Amino acid sequence: MIVTEFARNQWYVAAYGHEVGRRQLGRTILNEPILLYRTEDGRAVAMADRCVHRRFPLSESPSHLVGDRVVCGYHGFTYGPDGVCVAVPAQQRIPRTARLRTYPVVEQDSFVWVWIGDREPGGTLPPRAPWLVSPEYATVCGMEPLNARYGLLVDNLLDLSHETYLHGGYIGTPEVAETPITTEVDEDAGVVYVSRHMDDAACPPFYAESTGIKGRITRWQDIEYHPPCLYLLHSRVAPVGSPPPADDGTDPHAFHVEVVYAITPSTENTTYDFWAVARDFALDDEKVSDFLRDSNRTVVLQDVAALNTLEQVLAAEPDRYQELSVNIDTGGLAARRLLARMAAAGAVRPEAAAR
Amino acid sequence: MSADDAGARAGRTVYRIRWLPGTDRLHASCFCGAEREFEDPVALWDWLLGHPEGHRPRPVEAHDSPAPAAALV
Repeated sequence: MIVTEFARNQWYVAAYGHEVGRRQLGRTILNEPILLYRTEDGRAVAMADRCVHRRFPLSESPSHLVGDRVVCGYHGFTYGPDGVCVAVPAQQRIPRTARLRTYPVVEQDSFVWVWIGDREPGGTLPPRAPWLVSPEYATVCGMEPLNARYGLLVDNLLDLSHETYLHGGYIGTPEVAETPITTEVDEDAGVVYVSRHMDDAACPPFYAESTGIKGRITRWQDIEYHPPCLYLLHSRVAPVGSPPPADDGTDPHAFHVEVVYAITPSTENTTYDFWAVARDFALDDEKVSDFLRDSNRTVVLQDVAALNTLEQVLAAEPDRYQELSVNIDTGGLAARRLLARMAAAGAVRPEAAAR
Repeated sequence: MSADDAGARAGRTVYRIRWLPGTDRLHASCFCGAEREFEDPVALWDWLLGHPEGHRPRPVEAHDSPAPAAALV
């Protein structure tokens, strides 16, 4: 079954770094309303997006920032970036409980990650997507809200055979669905790998127009899913007959696109679908950037439309509805299993675990 | 990185599933060295995660990764 439980005690992408600034940003992650902003020295901070007084959202106007502090737009309760209330209207005494919950933040690879859980992350860091900030790559990105449970997006991304049908004319060609996959699960690292290597495939418009390749291509899709949030698709495209990558890892005859998704559950049936496309060619060509941005957003919106429909269907069905898994689902099944395990582990409160 | 690349790392609790070209069959490899073919990925995962049940005995020196708990897929 599609995993619906949330995996707590994990890092999640809350926003792109460029979305977090000197104006408040509100995001709901795993049902927790979170306020994000930057202090005057540029540090991203995250705290509960509800005033302790009457629960007014601190991300909503007329709430506003004054220096590093956020002032509630309802009655003026004022909080520092550490979540501590520093001013209450018309009285000197500040109740001890007047404190917002704060969230650990890591800004990395253009993402602002927040830790959602009941314990501190300790030495645990979010997984990496270094291409998004590498000078050797040019990146376009976006985020589309999804009105569907996050497990549907995980299923979608782990099985790219749907490209042939849902994204024909953009990234899908017949060979995607026709080519067998290999799947690997590294239990120790908690990573799912799914690979599909097409030796001789039609070049879809997404790659033909961005790379200039006219004929058929060798197309590799190597998925690396770091549940619960980060999905990497290493895409290699080269004209048929081009040399393979060298033993030292260099691959000058191919075009490389790193497609990155961050799958952040918002509520039980809504999800933030962060997407980014980083390429190692035509780095300064704005037309290529515009084309890839428009094309990938179109593809993401095709997924959004399909998954929104699917959510409505599943919501109307009995809890234990029937589904059928086939060979193309091998990676998706592995992802579901890891997510279920993470959700079960995260659901154990520290005090309960200590008993 | 591909699944094959990742598979090169020895001594880890890694499961590998290869879709046999030209067939509908899936070839499953457990970290213990046990191998088996399936036509159904759900049955395949049940078998892999059921380790060591139904898996052939492995040599003591194979590697010492703990067996994961079986879970539903």
